[in-house]
Amino acid sequence: MEIPYTVEAHPETGLNNGKIGIWLFLTSEVMLFGALFATFIMLRIGSDGNWAAMQAEAELNIPLATLNTAVLIASSLTMVMAWASLMRGQLGRFKLFGWATVGCGGIFLVIKYFEYTAKFEHHHYPESNTFLAIYFAMTGLHALHVIGGMAWNAYFTGPGSKLFHTNRQWLTDRVEHSGLFWHFVDLVWIFLFPVFYLL
Amino acid sequence: MAEPVHASPAHDEHHHDQSFWRKYIFSTDHKVIGVQYSVTGLAFLFFGFVLMMVMRWNLAYPGEPIPFIGSLLGENRAPGGIMLPDFYNELGAMHGTIMVFLGVVPLAVGGFGNFVMPLQLGAPDMAFPRINMISYWCLFLGGVTMFASFFLPNGAAGNGWTSYSPLADIALNGQTAWLIGMIFLITSSLLGAVNFITTAIQLRAPGMTWMRLPFFCWAQIVTAFLLLLAFPPLEAAGVLQLMDRVANTSFFIPEGLVVGGEVLERSGGGSPLLWQHLFWFLAHPEVYVLILPAMGIVAEVIANNSRKPLWGYRSMVYSLIFLGFMSFIVWAHHMFITGMGSVMSTFFQTTTMIISIPSVIILSALFISLWGGSIRYNTPMLFALGFLPMFGIGGLTGLPLGLSAADIPLHDTYYVIGHFHYVVAPGTLFALFAGVYYWFPKVTGRKMNEFLGQLHFWPSLVFMNGVFFPMMIQGLNGVSRRLADGGISYDFAGEVAGLNRMMSVSAWCLALAQIPFIINFFMSIRNGEKAGRNPWNSTTVEWLAPSPAPHGNFDQEIVVTRGPYEYSVPGSDKDYVPQAEPAST
Repeated sequence: MEIPYTVEAHPETGLNNGKIGIWLFLTSEVMLFGALFATFIMLRIGSDGNWAAMQAEAELNIPLATLNTAVLIASSLTMVMAWASLMRGQLGRFKLFGWATVGCGGIFLVIKYFEYTAKFEHHHYPESNTFLAIYFAMTGLHALHVIGGMAWNAYFTGPGSKLFHTNRQWLTDRVEHSGLFWHFVDLVWIFLFPVFYLL
Repeated sequence: MAEPVHASPAHDEHHHDQSFWRKYIFSTDHKVIGVQYSVTGLAFLFFGFVLMMVMRWNLAYPGEPIPFIGSLLGENRAPGGIMLPDFYNELGAMHGTIMVFLGVVPLAVGGFGNFVMPLQLGAPDMAFPRINMISYWCLFLGGVTMFASFFLPNGAAGNGWTSYSPLADIALNGQTAWLIGMIFLITSSLLGAVNFITTAIQLRAPGMTWMRLPFFCWAQIVTAFLLLLAFPPLEAAGVLQLMDRVANTSFFIPEGLVVGGEVLERSGGGSPLLWQHLFWFLAHPEVYVLILPAMGIVAEVIANNSRKPLWGYRSMVYSLIFLGFMSFIVWAHHMFITGMGSVMSTFFQTTTMIISIPSVIILSALFISLWGGSIRYNTPMLFALGFLPMFGIGGLTGLPLGLSAADIPLHDTYYVIGHFHYVVAPGTLFALFAGVYYWFPKVTGRKMNEFLGQLHFWPSLVFMNGVFFPMMIQGLNGVSRRLADGGISYDFAGEVAGLNRMMSVSAWCLALAQIPFIINFFMSIRNGEKAGRNPWNSTTVEWLAPSPAPHGNFDQEIVVTRGPYEYSVPGSDKDYVPQAEPAST
């Protein structure tokens, strides 16, 4: 059975189902991370002025995080290029940029892994203080989102790209939707980076 | 859409060669999923009720061995059949959790929403059928996790359904399993909410404008928005509490917390109040998740059986939307005695008073809809009519709790329990029963038995009040909701502690009153009176589909030409005009 407006846009809304679905999902994600940022604020206010000391003690690696920010921004660019290549009907270029996006996600996670292990080596664990606790909780949840986005993109770049030959528009739309998610994950990091490393 | 056109041969195959598993277990048909949700919800409602009946034994007869099942509960729960207070706490926490998240929500939203809403919209299915299936199986996993937690060495979660920190952070019982179960349930609701809203926006039949939507659909849409936006903060809170439990963090643990005479070895610096804020940010909208679909069902049944259009349909819809918005800014009225400050209390009691206005508008509109109607007193209508005063009592007893001065003495007493049970038990549950009786013919093609239905309704009405009204009296005398012995060991409870026996007997009789329903339900599937497409002479679109409706729903093209409740239209040859009837020119 065909579900209407899976691929073609609804004449009144001008959108297909997937586009509305992904935006709704992203609003719920905003609430998820919003609650965690609210937690951050509450913990910081309630820290009796100890926050700066806890942050200094954690010795977060600002150069590595800056590098990671650059990597993620680059991945957003390749994500858009992947989608644009599909719009132009260039399957090869799409795959190139698609894998580049997944690769950037991978680099981000590897750098994050080195950051985490450096913390553990200095016996900085989530249980050490509330700054590290919320740091690990939020960056960890963000890393899970990166993994999710990578899996999503890897599927459409790899096995899912067979759809190119039967329903190109559908594949293009799906890549656009996974791109929206990927940009959102980027955006979360754009907030996390100054909040934890710079402020 | 007389014969659906298939885009590819692959689709054809999928359509005709469905195995048993694809058709009934891992189905993507919204109607099968709706039935799966409903049956799961009804089963968990029954299970949650059983937990309560066991609790009520200890409240009425504290320290006496539980008859029949006492010896089966095990030495760590009820040595010699006498309930331990810890076990009482487990039952209480799990009763609340199961009734809310595994009983009412799956039945009201997952069940009725899934089954009825696409049909009322004139849609062939939900917008994302596979996500719909995943959503149900997430709920199932959550349910299994919750149920299995009773068999953990230290028992199930026993920290109240609210799981307040720091107790829930350090308790030795199954709180971790509770949190994992909740994460499954939250995921399920989120996926469902995305699906519902997209379906309502995209898949309405031609001509089904927003102001022609049946009120039930509006209720489901607003509910879906509440689930979408309110659940993620609890997911965040759940993750943080999980970290507090397994990674020894201190999100909700203050510095220098003394447990059992010793200072807890944690870094501290967290805030117990933070958990309450995050929890109630979900849990207050959740209250509206429980009641709005119920109002939707009642509106459908009342319009149909009073043979009149709903009075004030537009104001009802606007009230509903306003209610949805407001429900996000009233949460801290659950926290008046936490010491959060009088400025906060003033703000939240003001918003709480404001939110009662749209609820009253909806309830009044439903009452006025009855005026001058030629009412048919069938079983769905009886339950819908029962809902009105019961929800009225529940709503009005909530007002004193919304004012901080009045809430301080009433907080955490049985008055609170009485108040919200009037809303969700004889309120929401009656509406859900009305829905079961009303849409049963669409699901099975057969009507439920009318006599057994009446035999279900009248005793249920009496015993519901027998259980919940004395709670108000006890609460006004100051009996706390957390006492495993029903307050017998406290002097001030002396004169009202005797009511516990009456309430417990009412609860057990209430269980007996459900037997006609269970018999009726299973008997009618095979032997009920055959129903055609439209057994209730209803106007809304779902009754144009065959009963039971096939995969894809409709065998005719649906073009909506009029509003949802055109009953008793002057000059018409019958007393209802279906929504998709061609406009007479």
